[in-house]
Amino acid sequence: MGTVRHFRVWRGDESGGQLEDFQVEVNEGEVVLDIIHRLQATQTPDLAVRWNCKAGKCGSCSMEINGKPRLGCMTRMSTFGEGETVTVTPVRTFPIIRDLVTDVSFNYQKARELPAFEPPKDLQPGEYRMQQIDVERSQEFRKCIECFLCQNVCHVIRDHEENKPTFSGPRFFIRAAELDMHPLDERENRKEMAQQEQGLGYCNITKCCTEVCPEHIKITDNAIIPMKERVVDRKYDPIVWLGRKIFRRDQLDEPAVSTPHRAPAMSGASVSGGEEAAAAGTQASTTTNWHHTPAAPQAAPVGEDGKLNLTELTSDRAAAQSPFGDDVTFPLPTENLSYQHPREEKPKHDEH
Amino acid sequence: MTNIERHSYDVVVIGAGGAGLRAAIEARLAGKKTAIISKSLFGKAHTVMAEGGAAAAMGNVNPNDNWMVHFRDTMRGGKFLNNFRMAELHAKEAPDRIWELETYGALFDRTKTGKISQRNFGGHEYPRLAHVGDRTGLELIRTLQQKIVSLQQEDYREFGDYDAKIRVFAETTITELFIEDGRVAGCFGYYRESGDFVLFDAPAIVLATGGVGKSYKVTSNSWEYTGDGHALALRAGATLINMEFLQFHPTGMVWPPSVKGILVTESVRGDGGVLKNTKGERFMFNYVPDVFRKQYAETPEEADRWYEDPDNNRRPPELLPRDEVARAINSEVKEGRGTPAGGVLLDIASRLPAEQVRKRLPSMYHQFKELADVDITKQPMEVGPTCHYVMGGVEVDADTAQAHVEGLFAAGEVSGGMHGSNRLGGNSLSDLLVFGKRAGEYAAKFADAHPRKKVSAATVEAAVETALAPLNRGESGENPYTLHSELQQVMGDLVGIIRRQGELEQSLGRLMELKERAKKVGVGGGRRYNPGWHLALDLRNMLIVSECTAKAALQREESRGGHTREDFPGMNPQWRLVNLVCSLEGEDIALTRQPVPTMRPELLGLFDYSELAKYMTPEELSGLDKDGA
Amino acid sequence: MTSTVTRPGGTRPRAAIAARTLRTDRWWFFPLSIAAILGFFIVYSTIRIFMNKYYWVDDFGYLTPLYSPCLSESCVPGSAHFGTPFGEFPRWLPLGLAAFPIVAGFRVTCYYYRKAGYRSLWLSPQACGVAEPHKKYTGERGFPLIGMNSHRYFFYLAAVVLLINFYDATKAFHGADGGFGVGLGTLIIWVNVAMLTGYTLSCHACRHVVGGRLKHFSKHPVRYRFWTLVSKLNARHGTFAMSSLVTVILVDAYIMSVSAGWITDFRFYN
Repeated sequence: MGTVRHFRVWRGDESGGQLEDFQVEVNEGEVVLDIIHRLQATQTPDLAVRWNCKAGKCGSCSMEINGKPRLGCMTRMSTFGEGETVTVTPVRTFPIIRDLVTDVSFNYQKARELPAFEPPKDLQPGEYRMQQIDVERSQEFRKCIECFLCQNVCHVIRDHEENKPTFSGPRFFIRAAELDMHPLDERENRKEMAQQEQGLGYCNITKCCTEVCPEHIKITDNAIIPMKERVVDRKYDPIVWLGRKIFRRDQLDEPAVSTPHRAPAMSGASVSGGEEAAAAGTQASTTTNWHHTPAAPQAAPVGEDGKLNLTELTSDRAAAQSPFGDDVTFPLPTENLSYQHPREEKPKHDEH
Repeated sequence: MTNIERHSYDVVVIGAGGAGLRAAIEARLAGKKTAIISKSLFGKAHTVMAEGGAAAAMGNVNPNDNWMVHFRDTMRGGKFLNNFRMAELHAKEAPDRIWELETYGALFDRTKTGKISQRNFGGHEYPRLAHVGDRTGLELIRTLQQKIVSLQQEDYREFGDYDAKIRVFAETTITELFIEDGRVAGCFGYYRESGDFVLFDAPAIVLATGGVGKSYKVTSNSWEYTGDGHALALRAGATLINMEFLQFHPTGMVWPPSVKGILVTESVRGDGGVLKNTKGERFMFNYVPDVFRKQYAETPEEADRWYEDPDNNRRPPELLPRDEVARAINSEVKEGRGTPAGGVLLDIASRLPAEQVRKRLPSMYHQFKELADVDITKQPMEVGPTCHYVMGGVEVDADTAQAHVEGLFAAGEVSGGMHGSNRLGGNSLSDLLVFGKRAGEYAAKFADAHPRKKVSAATVEAAVETALAPLNRGESGENPYTLHSELQQVMGDLVGIIRRQGELEQSLGRLMELKERAKKVGVGGGRRYNPGWHLALDLRNMLIVSECTAKAALQREESRGGHTREDFPGMNPQWRLVNLVCSLEGEDIALTRQPVPTMRPELLGLFDYSELAKYMTPEELSGLDKDGA
Repeated sequence: MTSTVTRPGGTRPRAAIAARTLRTDRWWFFPLSIAAILGFFIVYSTIRIFMNKYYWVDDFGYLTPLYSPCLSESCVPGSAHFGTPFGEFPRWLPLGLAAFPIVAGFRVTCYYYRKAGYRSLWLSPQACGVAEPHKKYTGERGFPLIGMNSHRYFFYLAAVVLLINFYDATKAFHGADGGFGVGLGTLIIWVNVAMLTGYTLSCHACRHVVGGRLKHFSKHPVRYRFWTLVSKLNARHGTFAMSSLVTVILVDAYIMSVSAGWITDFRFYN
């Protein structure tokens, strides 16, 4: 009862790629991800696709199907016309790894920059009391399965790579709203943070995030707009503004917001931590290495005492060992260095 | 030569599901430098699939509940084959683990007084499952994930590096553990993204890799569930117990194919859903075993009253433990009263108004509507048994979660013993919190007390060679996808829910044959995100674990919990005394018998004599006091 | 051989897909039709407010909302319900000056119209998954778009204008003989006022003010009930926004036609 359908799937990696044509069998009741799996099993065993639960619960199989950001496991083949060509491409906003798989580390970086839940200091575990109506708003946002389709569709970063350092995206606006509406969260300055650190002001409420959300979270109406209104409470209320101007309260109120963008690198005590530390800390403020924590240097094969073996007799390798690890050859290719040479002009801009 | 990225950590946690994350949090809180290895992205683990809730005797809804009742339910569910100490620790510590989650930011559903609400679930005497709608697993994983991020933020403030003390290696698969002189030295794996190899030096490793469901054709498990942890432990010299016990969730979708294997949570039945065969009969009343006769309703009228007034009525038989329900459905289908796809009908549409269904089971409703265009408020669901959970796993010490290899710990589904022969719904989430914490805690202690072992270069080179072998053979080798689907067929048909001696023997033959062919598996393409290669490497894990299951299932000549032998339909008290232990000898699995730990008298005293009499041998019973033990 | 010490740095490329969008549905239809409606309204209302005539039907007490409240001595006798504090206006100055900027501001800064406007007029973006044509995008962070955050204050002012509209609407129960009367115009005016009420109450700023700003609903049960109610209306904010736009045009066009004598009002009673 299966029919043969025409699929176009983007294949390639960071050096380029193209849409490839496939004729593939489709059976009743199948979803796009089923077809991708059939392609793997019958025609292209190395077709890369990220997936997990195949039940719309983990948010792994984000892709673009006929140009629309969708979950592969939640797009039924029956939603397409007979004989309609189905085009499957990777999400566009994030760097490509291979075929349908992209590097979504942007989102994990942004998650780290948003301060976590701050528990009430005077309550012990088990003493938390919250009313259902008070937790419901935040619960809606906790439905998020982190498929990052909202992040992908948001034109602020989809069409403007340069906004990535200063814009967190809808996923993290709902996280901010979730915590701001959490009945027991003690942090006071989430509204200011949303505006100053997360770039809430970039959002022009075109609601694409809400449109693509597979969990049907009302991202715009229930999180972004209320957060904007809460910012208005604090920032644009003329009375508050006037009070600040008169009493010079600005200086008192605002500095606590910032997660420092620059941080000292950790001392090199750990064999693997050092360089990465600096790289991770600067992700938000440089153009180098934005998407990826570079790999740690290979540790030298030190003994239990933390030192290199002195003789070949006790070592399992021939000849002397490199303190940089055995597989490093110098000079390192310059294009692979995560180092940015200081330039004349100062591109780094201050957000505040 | 091959490049290998090296890292040095105090504790390496393999697996980023609930147990893994909880262990990592604990190790980091103990001040250890911790790595979390996640086979997929951070926060996508299979834990998100858990729907019902986390069982913990907090007594928020029914104050009569306490750890002793929970312990009793767990032992009953596991048919007394559980490691009693694990069940005891689990029942005692679960409430604290749940409350702790609230301090991490979890938002459970609330009672009127503002406490965590608890719901009924099959096998639990009182409402006990802390839940968030029907997405409790997601809440749990997100909470733990966010707690880790908050710890990383603390480290960032202190060291200027988010990854200073705890780092997540996403999309990284471990293929080998390194053991030197009987102690853990490190582990080896590859990044999926680049195909680059990575090596971790670590004195303590926590396995939290979950289950083995991907060896089965109809399964609720995601692709990650290839038994990696089980296989790693075996190859490292540790042992597995209870591998014959697999839980088949009674109600997985069997039709349409886009949702095949997806679970229909038990709360559908808890909220009033009933099972019917194609003749329209509510058949569960015919399948109440004698052991449960007292607790379950005998007529539909009484059963229906229970939903409103649980104190004065007995429970509907739809809420029997999972294995009983699975077996009942299997019998109905075999006797020709099932649907063409091999299932029965689960009907909530005619029992509750559509509005109520949507409110109580939002993600169920939304899932089937979107995935399969099935409206559960209008039509019944087609359900049947689905491979869901493996009770067996790495044999560990109850208190420390340490396996029989020094420095190797296991928690969550990959560990064995806690659930005995069958797991109660809701006990998995609390299990992974309780023992995840313990594993992390004791791994940290172990790392304190023991210096690092050095990984020898020869073993690393061997690991590299094994990992690259399928690529080197190229496309001319055996196709991994074909092998995988054959394995699933063998396990589904011959080592499925109902087992027979002949079929099990046959399955062993087939498995040996597959094992030979798997040695010749080959894939084309390069190392970068090559799913064919990943599957080829996972295959050997699935094969070895399947062999355990098949061998143990053949040896255990009785039916108990998740193990049903058609040729030995009853429980045998003599077999209750025995755990079957798998270990690796050469390339094959060796099976030994080992006595089940004996319960302490005060715990034994929690049960009625008459109840114990159903499970225990006359010799065991002779020492007990008949009036209440 | 790639070294493990570093991986390629710099901005890693995205998938090389040249097409602006791969969407196959008629994604352009919605923004195009909204653009047509908005464009029509902008042109129509601009012409109308500078017309400075045909806004009052004296016989039946019909006043078009575009000119309400009329506060100038230049207003046609009877149309100034609230006195004439502003003296005479030069011919080119719109008589609806008092309220029109408020109403226009309320709509321009409205979250729904922002979506509609950014999508169909500014093409930023036109539709989801369709690349926008602009090189740079800074959002509502600097002048002038940061002014969009003034929606709250426009909401307060618009609520006052809405009360005035209600007052005007009660005046529209006016018969030719000076007593009570109902015509088709009255009906249209009331439908319009109802739509405007729906639009104003369902506003996101209103939702925030009545209860959305609270952290603990359980401590404010009354406000929680208001919030629940407004939330329900808010789900239809877009519908109210577009339909009230249409009714405003309709009521204005009707009154203009009656006032200019192009048509006569259909009277139900007196």
